[in-house]
This record gives sequence, structure tokens and C-alpha cells, in this order.
Amino acid sequence: MSDIEIEIDGKKCQAKPNAMVIQVADEAGIYIPRFCYHKHLSVAANCRMCLVEVEKSPKTLPACATPVMPGMKVFTRSPKALAAQKAVMEFLLINHPLDCPICDQGGECELQDLAMGFGSEDSHYNEGKRAVKDKDIGPLIETEMTRCIHCTRCVRFGAEIAGMRELGATGRGEHMEIGTYIEHAMKSEISGNVIDICPVGALTSKPFRFTARAWELQQFPTISAHDCIGSNIYAHTRNGKVMRFIPHENKNINETWISDRDRFSYEGLYHEDRIKNPSIKKNGAWQEVDWPTALEFAVKGLQQIVEKDSPEQIAALASPSSTLEEFYLLQKLMRSLGSSNVDHRLRQVDFEDQDNASAYPSLVMPVTELQQCDVIFLVGSHIQKEQPIAALQVRKASLNQAKILALNVMDYSFNFALTAKQIVSPGDLVVRLAAVIKALHSSAQNSIPTEVLSVLSHVEVTTSDSEMAAHLRSGKKVCLLLGAIAANHPNASLLRILSKEIAKLTGCHVGFLSEGANSAGAWLAGAIPHRKAGCKALQKPGLNAKSMWEQCCKAYLLLNVEPNVDCANAVLASKALEKAQFVVSLSLFKNSVLEEHADVILPMAAFTESAGTYINVSGATQKFAGVANAFESSRPAWKILRVLGNLLHCEGFDYTSQEEVYQEVKSIIDNAEPLSAVDFKLPEEKFKKSHANTFYRIGEIPIYSVDSLVRRARGLQLAQPILEGNVIEARMNSRTASSVRKQDGDHVTVTQQYGKMTLPVRIDARIADNAVYIAGGIPETSELGELFGEVELQ
Amino acid sequence: MKRLMQLLKSFSLWELIIGLKLTGRYFFSRKVTIQYPEEKTPVSPRFRGIHAQRRYPNGEERCIACKLCEAVCPALAITIEAEPRTDGSRRTTLYDIDLFKCVYCGFCEEACPVDAIVLTGSHDYHMENRGENILTKEKLLAIGDKYEAQIAKARAEDAPYR
Repeated sequence: MSDIEIEIDGKKCQAKPNAMVIQVADEAGIYIPRFCYHKHLSVAANCRMCLVEVEKSPKTLPACATPVMPGMKVFTRSPKALAAQKAVMEFLLINHPLDCPICDQGGECELQDLAMGFGSEDSHYNEGKRAVKDKDIGPLIETEMTRCIHCTRCVRFGAEIAGMRELGATGRGEHMEIGTYIEHAMKSEISGNVIDICPVGALTSKPFRFTARAWELQQFPTISAHDCIGSNIYAHTRNGKVMRFIPHENKNINETWISDRDRFSYEGLYHEDRIKNPSIKKNGAWQEVDWPTALEFAVKGLQQIVEKDSPEQIAALASPSSTLEEFYLLQKLMRSLGSSNVDHRLRQVDFEDQDNASAYPSLVMPVTELQQCDVIFLVGSHIQKEQPIAALQVRKASLNQAKILALNVMDYSFNFALTAKQIVSPGDLVVRLAAVIKALHSSAQNSIPTEVLSVLSHVEVTTSDSEMAAHLRSGKKVCLLLGAIAANHPNASLLRILSKEIAKLTGCHVGFLSEGANSAGAWLAGAIPHRKAGCKALQKPGLNAKSMWEQCCKAYLLLNVEPNVDCANAVLASKALEKAQFVVSLSLFKNSVLEEHADVILPMAAFTESAGTYINVSGATQKFAGVANAFESSRPAWKILRVLGNLLHCEGFDYTSQEEVYQEVKSIIDNAEPLSAVDFKLPEEKFKKSHANTFYRIGEIPIYSVDSLVRRARGLQLAQPILEGNVIEARMNSRTASSVRKQDGDHVTVTQQYGKMTLPVRIDARIADNAVYIAGGIPETSELGELFGEVELQ
Repeated sequence: MKRLMQLLKSFSLWELIIGLKLTGRYFFSRKVTIQYPEEKTPVSPRFRGIHAQRRYPNGEERCIACKLCEAVCPALAITIEAEPRTDGSRRTTLYDIDLFKCVYCGFCEEACPVDAIVLTGSHDYHMENRGENILTKEKLLAIGDKYEAQIAKARAEDAPYR
């Protein structure tokens, strides 16, 4: 249908058919006041603030619910429209308390602004105002329900965007209340967005409560550092200190939403564990020193290893949320010293196919394009907790009638409906994926190579495998997503190779949802043992994250790594650190393992305090500047690495700014040569059926334990038990529990390859047979060792 | 003749008499000198002297940390930090006024929605040590407690004109 021409305030505007007047006005830059209308939510038309005069209409009409008509003439500022708006404003203010001075929304409040712009000075209303009891909806959102004007934006957000109808309206007219019906805390991982969309101060941020005023804050754009989506955020700072994060609209990444993890992680920045000064360990005792002393001490220690042993005895590990520049300088430093032992894949254990991998783990498409897929196949992914913003796109696809399939270790309750699912123990994950391939093969025109088929000869295809294969075949745009469970799985490489086989058979995209904020940057900058910056394959690869711990190097250089919670195997890590002669750690926070085993601790600046670059999972390069003052005497990690490079007499470390480093990496990445394909042989023995009575651990990382910053954010830590329940327990389904003669609440002794511990049993029907959920990434379960693997239950 | 008159005046101490006449007039007239600091001149209820923070009659501090005074202060003399108190109410944890920066314009008092920050009629204060120019919350509340009667009277007198 062709565009319609309408006239708003005398200005001719082009409008799409079925567009509402307010949308056309917004595009034309004509402001119409509104409370309930939000461009990403459905139209409710219940606040009536957007009343406008339309020619030939006897009454004023709500602009948000009036579709455009050819030749329509709209007047937003006519006396009739203004009178209507003024009257609505007076009605809205009847029950709104006059507590702006103590309201956190004061200064950034839509009601305040519109009362100034469209209201009258006084009210005809002299009767008593109503008061509404406040609801307790969790540790992140504060409520002041008397202030509510019932625009129902929060209700519609929950129902339409988050996919959890947590808030609703009860009662009518004067007695209408917004609440949770039965009092409970909000469980959505993106619940914080209701703070932004609430036009008044009814829903405000609890951690931010009363700490600052909107007018005192300075706003700086930055990038969130907690998942691979790279949500755009604004940091609000006061006196050089971050006071809060709010979303920054980016149509291609996060639209206007951010996850709670991105929103409330700032609380961790000024946690009491934050390291203030560099310190060195002399004769077993820590002492705080100045920077030159600490750096010289670090350099001397590293030089000794290089001279006495060999540079290959040094291993460097970096957090996957480090910036591109940090990754680049770290690998440059290591490779100048003569060692390729650099890695960032801290929680992964299977690197067999690393030569076969593409330039970086990629989603292959912009995040917002996921909603256009017809079929999305989730393999080992708890996408809603790992990348909440990506899950919103999957949900949108699902609402667009896309089929969502899942091959998982737990029957996660997603905020979208699954068309088909297979819940299997981690030990069977590979076999089931292979069965899907086999099913695809039997119904395929382009079949799989015979050598692959012969490897899969033991795999039996069930009806549910065939069903999944049929769904995969049915879509035009199909996407297979491998999540954190697939990436950290002991046979992760097989899952990746098999996924690529599925791609060959069905023409689907294979997307990797990598851990940390900058895995893509790490691969491109060369913070991997087998490739230099710009994807240049090395003849002799260095040690990967797993073998660095297994082979016990003489020296370790850690970049924002907490060995007991950030690594796949905390037991091996602390053993290796104990044996090591020299450990240098660039860290944000104090950590018990590092305090015990490290020799130098250098305080580094957080991502808010240092400039850097993140490359998100779709390959979007997002640069950000430092927004806050560095904490105490901490320094940006790229500067620390530069000085270490200088002091170790490495060449090419004379950078004067982060921009210079960036330009150097960028030119290398831009000139990268295409990767040549490497053959990968599928090992046949992995496809034989797993033993029926072997139990496998599911070592998922709880949502607010993913990195050092969120682990120290108070609000998020209070919210974690609400979302995840008590994570220090062994969860299994009733069949698994009865096979070891245990009941809910009993204690079970779990023995894994590297450790043993006793945990309470919790029956959880979502978990696959023969699988035990024992959360990883928390210090309480670190003594068990690897996140996945066989366990014995007694 | 002129010289003769001058001679006469100087011998009769005429100019002294003129001077003493003035002295005598003031000697017998109503006295205006006050014995400061025992005696003080009356102060306008609108006088803008040293700052004070007031309390409600039940002893609760009035200030709700809305930070409007901080925002309106043209000299940036006010610094406020706030957080929820244990009972959940909005309170300041730091409320400092720098008397060296303050221009005594009284905007803070005008901006205050709860009449917490006020300028008292007291103008005779001094500092002996460095740092005493910073009026902390405790000092402000102490000043308020000391002058509450005077503050309340001045506000009541000025109320009809506000």
C-alpha cells in the first residue's frame, strides 16, 4: 500500500497506512505529550494525555490510538487540544502525591515535565488523595504505588517484551492498583527496564535509591561488559564516580532494553574488595608498594623465568571481558618474550577443533536479525540467562510463528514457547546432535559424506530426532545457536563440528553465543594460543587454557582472572598456582586464591575507568572512553601491560594512547588473510551410547556469578537466589534421585575427578535423567573441579 | 574690625563654647549607642545571617535531602550526600556549607520545600582555625536548635508577605 499524506499542525507528513497519528508526529518532530504510549509496546490509550484535535471530529482524539486517514488534518496545539490536555493533566494529578522533593524520579519525571508544559497552576480538587500500599517486588526495584498513574506500561512490558506477566492491575477506577497479585519478587532477568519506562516515580531503582539527583549526573555512553551482546549503556557519573547505568538506544543491538546484569553491575565497582594499591609478596607477607617498585618486582620475576628456564614456562590468561587493546598487548607481550601460551577461554576444556574454527565465535548476523529467523535451534544454551537481550529476539521470532527447538541438559522455562525439545544428560548431548544429523541425512537431498556417516553408524535415530530434523528442514532462515553449556562441554569441539555438518545439510547459520563481553575481540587480537593477531595460524601453538593449568607452568600472568571461580577447573588452577614460582595478577578485586599464591597484585581499572574496544558476537566493533575516575591508584590494564613491555625490553611498546594501540590492532585485523580449512576427524568412540548408570554434572554458571564485577554487585547478589534458588545444592530429577536412594533434602556426597563434597539434594523435574546440576562459578563448589564431567553420587 | 572680632572670640573661648553646645545637646539627648555585645540593635526578620537547619517539634530533622538548595546555590557552596536511613526515609549523610563561598543570597531557603535550611538573624560569628568555614550538618542542626525561637518568630513575622 502506498503512503498516505496527512497534515499535522499545518505540516505535510507522509505516513504508512495503519500508522497512528503519534508515530507520524514523532517522525516529523512534532511532540505530542504522552504517558501510556511507548514505541516498543502495544497501544493502551488509557492515559488520554495525547488528545489532539482532528478536523471534522467533534471530540478530541487520542493520537496514540487514532490511525491515519488520507487528507487528515491534525492540530496538536489548537485551543481545543490544549484545553483537553490541561484537563487530563488535572485529572492525573488528582491522586498523585506532591512528594517530588523525596521522589527519585524528580528531575527526570515525565509527569513533572508535562505538568510544567501542559498543566495548569492550580487544581479544582480539594478532597483527600488516595494512598496505596507499596509492594515489595524484590531487591532491585523499589515501589511507591501511591505515585502510580496506571499507564500500564510496566504491565505491557512484562506481557509483551519480557514474556513474564509479573505485574498486573487489580481493581477498577479509584481502586485500581498495579501489583503482583500474590506478593513475590520479580523473576525476570530484564525486570529493571520497568524503571525506565515508568513515567512517574512509582517504580524506581532500589540500589540507586536517594543517592543522586538527575541534574547532578553526567551522562557518558559506554558498552556493557557482561555478555557477548555488547548492550549500549549510558553511565551516569557524579564527581567522577559511576552512580548508575541506564540503556542507550541502539536499534541493531539492544533496542531500548538492557538486562538487569548490565544495569546493576555498577554496584560492584566500589565494593570493599576493590584493590587500592599495588602490592608485592616478600617472604610470604604482603606489602603495599608504589607502582615503580611493584612493576620492577614483576619484571624481575618474569625475567628470571625467561633466563633460567624458558619463556614457554610463562602462561598468560585473560578474562574474556578484557578489551581488544588489553588482549592485543597481552599476546604481544607474551609473543615478544617467546611464548604463545595466551588464552581467554577460561571455562572451556575442549579445544580439539581450534584450528578448524572461523576467525571468531560469531552469531553471523546482527542480534536483532534473530527475530527474522523461521527456525532457531538452541543447543546447550540457556540463552535467557546467558544473553537476556538475545533471548528477547528469539522471543520475537517465536511470536512471529518461528519454530524454536532446543537440545538441552535441562528443560529451561524460557520466555518463549519451544516447538520441540530434547532434554538429555550432558553425556548424551553429542550423540543426540549426531542423531539429528542422521535423521537429516535420511531425509536429505544433499547427504553427508560417507566417512562422517560411518562414524555415526552406532547412533540410533529416534522419532523425536526425526521430528527435529523435519523442523530444521521446514524453515527458510534457520539458525543453530550454541550456548555456554555447549562451549564448556567436555566434547565441545564435537558439538561445534556436528553443528557445522547440520549447516551443510540444511544451509542454516551456526551462531556461537560466546562467554564474556569480548571473546570475538580476543580471537581477532590473538589472545588464543594457536593464532596470532589477525588470524595468522601458528606452526607451533602455545598451551591452551586447560593445558596451562595441567602442565603447571613456572610463571603465570593473569589479567582479571579469579582462578577459583572464573576457570573450568578451580582445583587444577590453584594447584598450578601453588607450584608456580612467580604469579603476576592484574586484578580488580581481592581474591583468596590470588592472595595465597600470587607474588604481585597490580590493581587495574574497571571497564568504566579505561578506554577500550569491545567486539560483540555479531562483529560490531564498539569503542568506549573511560567515564569515571580510576579507583584509588589503579591504572588501565593496557597501560600496565605497556609498561611491562617497556621494562621487559620488548619492541614496539611505545604507545602513548589507547587509540594508537587500537589503530595497530585494527590494521592487523583489517588485513587478515582468509583462513584455510583444516580437516577434522570425528572420533568414533564418542558416538557409542553412554553408560546408562553414569551421572554427569551440569556445571552451569548462575546468572549473577559470571564475572568478578557482578559477583560483587550487592543488589544482583540478593536477586540471584530469587532467580536461581539456592545454588549450593545438587539438583536432580526424581528418577535420578531414587536410583541413588535419595530424597529431597537428603545429603549426597558428590565425587568428581578432582574433588569431593557433600551437598543437599533438591528434586528438580527440569533436569535430564542421569544428570546432576551443581552450579559452577561460585567459590562454594569450586573444590569439585571441572564444570562438566562424570560424577559419582553416594 | 575683623581682627578685633577674632581677638575677642579667642579670648572668650567662643569656639569652645560652640563645640560644647553640640556636646551638651548630645549629652542631654536620647542615647543611641548600644553596649555591644551585651546590647544589640533590632534585626529585620528578613536578615540573612549564618545558616541553620531546623527540626520538627518532635525532634526529627526537617531536611529530606531533595538537593534543591544545592542545585539553586549560585556559589556552589552546598555539598550534599544522601542515602536511605535505616527506617527507609530519605536523609542526608553529609550536608556541608562553605561559608567562604556563600554569598548569603538566601536562595537555598527559598528553594527548600520543608523550611529546613534557613538563614538566621545571627551575623556575629567568627572562625579561628582553618576548616571552620565548613558548616557541617551537626553544626547546622546545633545552630538551628540554639536559635529555633528566633527563627520561628522571624518566619512568622514575614509569613504574610511571602
